[in-house]
Amino acid sequence: MILSNVIAQLLGGMVTSIEIFILTLLFSLPLGLVIAGGRMSKFAPLRWLMKVYISIMRGTPLMLQLIVVFFAPYYVFGVSLSADYRFIAVIIAFTINYAAYFAEIYRGGIESINSGQYEAAQVLGYSKIETFFIIIMPQVFKVILPSVTNEVITLVKDTSLSFVIAIPEMFTVAKQIAAADASIAALLVAGVFYYIFNIIVAFVMEYLENRMNYYE
Amino acid sequence: MSLLEVKNLKKSFDDNVVLKDISLSVEKGEVLAIIGPSGSGKSTLLRCITDLETEDSGEINFDGSFGLVFQNFNLFPHHSVMKNITNAPIRVQKRDKKEVFEHARDLLKKMGLEDKEDAYPCELSGGQQQRVSIARALAMNPDILFFDEPTSALDPELTGEILKVIRDLAAENMTMVIVTHEMAFARNVADNIIFMDGGVIVEQGTPEEVFSSENKRMKDFLGKFYD
Repeated sequence: MILSNVIAQLLGGMVTSIEIFILTLLFSLPLGLVIAGGRMSKFAPLRWLMKVYISIMRGTPLMLQLIVVFFAPYYVFGVSLSADYRFIAVIIAFTINYAAYFAEIYRGGIESINSGQYEAAQVLGYSKIETFFIIIMPQVFKVILPSVTNEVITLVKDTSLSFVIAIPEMFTVAKQIAAADASIAALLVAGVFYYIFNIIVAFVMEYLENRMNYYE
Repeated sequence: MSLLEVKNLKKSFDDNVVLKDISLSVEKGEVLAIIGPSGSGKSTLLRCITDLETEDSGEINFDGSFGLVFQNFNLFPHHSVMKNITNAPIRVQKRDKKEVFEHARDLLKKMGLEDKEDAYPCELSGGQQQRVSIARALAMNPDILFFDEPTSALDPELTGEILKVIRDLAAENMTMVIVTHEMAFARNVADNIIFMDGGVIVEQGTPEEVFSSENKRMKDFLGKFYD
């Protein structure tokens, strides 16, 4: 099969990969903040629950989590879900997995902020919510950006794990073409795609880091 | 009636009794310096009065607004000098933007920092940062201004510029409570001095009274500075 045909076939898969990537970030970045809040809560049971949750998410393979999220409704609860659920399951699995990692990154960032910042804000009359969003979070973003970049780059590659529940994202399609053609050309093209994708991600993240460099 | 009145204040951290029974009052326009060795409880006293710590028992009577200048400045590093000063008056006190900016420019001028309004704290020296933090506190129009060892984090040659600012404020009748290690300064600028040791007020009065005290702990403490 000629290269342009391979690329044409892979295009649909690329779109799906990008969709998984964007939706995962969209949901897991805010969810991670909520989990970090629970993880740092003064209420011990909530803190422990989040700790266990993070531990499981980080301690088991994402591939396994994808399978569990996809099959659990049927095998555990006996619910048959529509064909659309395949894609939804991917987004759920990626989101709850990445949110756990982001939660720990947020926590590290939030804990790195000097308590004097909270005290100064309190004395100036800022509410707790204002303090968090105006004083603390902007500083946290700067601190955590390099770690977030790492996770985001990993996510680009991890989207390929969706093949395990036969989501037609790029890697799944590439594998099928490779098997049909008895050639690894499609897989190489997929590899180039992931690489270019990550160069763009790295570029964007570097831009963001530079924008935060207006102070030390 | 006094502007600030503290009665029988007690505070412990676990088994460590930091404030044993503190009572004091501050009149409008008064400059009170609190001196004493490290660990004597003077910073904790200030932190209780400014609500950064909660006292175990006792009373703090004060209804007015206050500002607090920290030892480590605690400026917001991601905000420019101007935003550090103006954000709380605009956001918290809901004051008119234009008025707040004019006020902030006046304060910066007074601090000798009129050319620094767009700078970020990391671009300033320690002394300049502390002057910005004083301007930030003053921008809230406080009835009383507290200083928690305002020169302790500064090089000796930068200490003078902060002391000068405080001296100028005293000349304008700003009510201030200053926790400090600068004995000569306390003696020179304060109307009244409190000497604390071991969580109690050992000696209090005018600078003349306190510095000529025959109290042994007071004399030992002052001796360390004049040896």
